[in-house]
Amino acid sequence: MDVLDIARWQFGITTVYHFLFVPITIGLSAIIAGYQTAWYRTGNEQWLRLTKFFGKLFLINFALGVVTGIVQEFQFGMNWSDYSRFVGDVFGAPLAVEGLLAFFLESTFLGLWIFGWDRLPRRAHLASIWLVHIGTLFSSYFILAANSFMQHPVGYAYNPETGRAEMTDFWAVMFNKVQLVTFPHVVLAAYMTGAGFVVGVALWHLVRRSHGDEDRSLYHRAVRTGAAVALVAGIGVAVSGDFQGKVMTEVQPMKMAAAEALYDTTDSAPFSLFHIGSLDGTEEKFSITIPKLLSYLGTGSFDGRVEGINDLRAKYRAEYGQDPGATYYSPDDYTPIIPLTYWTFRIMIGLGLLASFLAALILWVTRGGRTPTRSVWVWVAVAMPLLPLFANSFGWIFTEMGRQPWAVFGLMTTAQGVSPGVSVFEALVSLIALTAVYFVLAVVELRLILRYAAAGAQPVDHPTDADDPERPLAFAY
Amino acid sequence: MELTTVWFALIAILWMGYFALEGFDFGVGILMPFLARSDVERRVLINTIGPVWDGNEVWLLVAGGATFAAFPEWYATLFSGFYLPLLLILLALIVRGVAFEYRAKHDTDRWRAGWDQAIFWGSLVPAVLWGVAFGNILRGVPIDAEGEYVGGFFNLLNAYALLGGVMTLLLFMAHGAMFIALKTEGNLRREARSWAGRLGSGAAVAAVAFLAWTQVSTGNVASAALFVLAAASLVGGLVAIDQFREGWGFVGTFVAIALGVAGLFVALFPDVMPTSLAGGMDLTTTNAAATAYTLKVMTIVAVVFTPLVLAYQTWTYWVFRKRLGIKDIPVLVTPSS
Repeated sequence: MDVLDIARWQFGITTVYHFLFVPITIGLSAIIAGYQTAWYRTGNEQWLRLTKFFGKLFLINFALGVVTGIVQEFQFGMNWSDYSRFVGDVFGAPLAVEGLLAFFLESTFLGLWIFGWDRLPRRAHLASIWLVHIGTLFSSYFILAANSFMQHPVGYAYNPETGRAEMTDFWAVMFNKVQLVTFPHVVLAAYMTGAGFVVGVALWHLVRRSHGDEDRSLYHRAVRTGAAVALVAGIGVAVSGDFQGKVMTEVQPMKMAAAEALYDTTDSAPFSLFHIGSLDGTEEKFSITIPKLLSYLGTGSFDGRVEGINDLRAKYRAEYGQDPGATYYSPDDYTPIIPLTYWTFRIMIGLGLLASFLAALILWVTRGGRTPTRSVWVWVAVAMPLLPLFANSFGWIFTEMGRQPWAVFGLMTTAQGVSPGVSVFEALVSLIALTAVYFVLAVVELRLILRYAAAGAQPVDHPTDADDPERPLAFAY
Repeated sequence: MELTTVWFALIAILWMGYFALEGFDFGVGILMPFLARSDVERRVLINTIGPVWDGNEVWLLVAGGATFAAFPEWYATLFSGFYLPLLLILLALIVRGVAFEYRAKHDTDRWRAGWDQAIFWGSLVPAVLWGVAFGNILRGVPIDAEGEYVGGFFNLLNAYALLGGVMTLLLFMAHGAMFIALKTEGNLRREARSWAGRLGSGAAVAAVAFLAWTQVSTGNVASAALFVLAAASLVGGLVAIDQFREGWGFVGTFVAIALGVAGLFVALFPDVMPTSLAGGMDLTTTNAAATAYTLKVMTIVAVVFTPLVLAYQTWTYWVFRKRLGIKDIPVLVTPSS
């Protein structure tokens, strides 16, 4: 193993891990803000109980999202110093702006929300959770703008004197066409994930009837609101994903071809459902396809032309030189690992569609106050948080692995970006230490989440001494 | 003023803010085992920083992001060069942040004891290592002609940098004690006051030694003035705490840390990371900088949003201004497992 492999594994592990907590934070903060608004407007205590119940689960999740986020910002410099030098002028700006606009907002107002139940006026306290959510959206926007630059660099000029990509148009970077389709896709997927989490927890309580009649209606509300958000967001994810596919076909045709294992340029290209290729990845052995669908997804026309892997490879060789990824991609230079892109793309779509379908089904079986009773619904409750969560992971693995061998498409390969001064020992210590700590924290976090989720929504505490300035804090660590 | 200088100053301000703010929450974490005699007292201490520690830490993230954007060469060389110390800092910040959130989520002694360890070490390690890191930046490290750090790990452990680590540790502990004295009541407040005096005196000795050493090796008139003001502020804080004026005591350590950091950056300027190798490359505000265009965009963003951030962060401290005592800590309610 060399530093490059280790650095890639670390980036993959820490990023996928970080992005387990991020979408829950984005989606759940919106839903909690919605619940608290409903309580603020109606005074119905069930909304307050839901706010506090999911608020606790939110905080358990948020803690890990925050601390794993620090690693993300540091490791560009630690493991990818040549990448940082090369694109820092463009890539650093959104990261800095993210910190200033998003991280301060999230952390400060979350502190106010957690500890402010009895210190802030009701309206200001409600505004706090909305500001946390807005902070998560800012954060998503800027970090996705940075990522979109890697997928499709715009708004820069290569300066041969300094040997780096330099920003020429900030707005072009901010409104990159990849960004404009990626941001809605990722944020809607995050809403779906947060909603899936709510549905899962509430449906579990509803089906198991681990509560009185009063709580039945509370969990029923949570299931319905969560499923509605999941379904609407799920449709949005599909629609935005469709737009994304077209932009991807245009700017990263190799990724689309790899997603489809489409080896030869084809008019009226079919969409592949199942595929086995030869081991060296140059031809297909067996596949099941839907005629013309890929052309439609990629170009908007059933007869559109979709470029294939073999043709693109020849084209890239001519355009960029011989073999930039030879250190680990030979002989498939300019080509990502086809089975990986092919299956992650399919699993992402499959899990997302299944989650949307289940959300619709749940809305149907809970209509008009009905409560599902069969034990199969417990399994649906278990699946609902996991399906969108893992769909996110597969989506990121697809989009990042599908860009390989590039770090910045057409400009810098991943191999060129790695830190030249870091030793294998250092990189390995880092990979092992972070993975070990992440593993332990995942176990601790999951157990806490399950325990607090199982405990259910607690009754609202009505302190008799509410006006006593000497009363204990409403919340304390 | 040139934009590169503006950004050097802004990054200096971000580090001043980071150390003056997170410095006290590191201090609280380190002092917890020494000051608190019971679990309720430990919870009082954690809750004094509960609403604000995360916002304080964001100063570090923004300092890192701003360095990436404004001085990509500096960011790349520093972060890849100081690899293992930064990894330790990362691990410390990870377990510490989780500890605050999770400690009260489960009611067993073993659970709490584990997280208490995480809070202590998670606060101690960065408190020392940031001082060591800054000592090395000022002292100069082996950077080759390509701008690459070639020094390895043990090169970072030299007397000057280690003295820097001792200084930040003692300063942050003193700062934390001042904060506890200001934010608690009863026994904790009294104890913290006396710790603040003792730690502050120790910090003053370490700071004078480190800053004098810095002044002799890389200082200039402006850095000397800032170091003197920082020292005066620290002494002022010690006098104030001696007269039971905790607010002024805290202001004393706060300003001392901020001005001390300012002085270090002034002593560093115009380098951002000097090399110790003959024939190596000094990274400077000029050769490590981003383009004028990027700096201009970033300047506009910073000018618009920094005042807003300062306003709402200050407001948070106002909202949570009340002193905490053991009577304020509610009974722990956790789900039975």
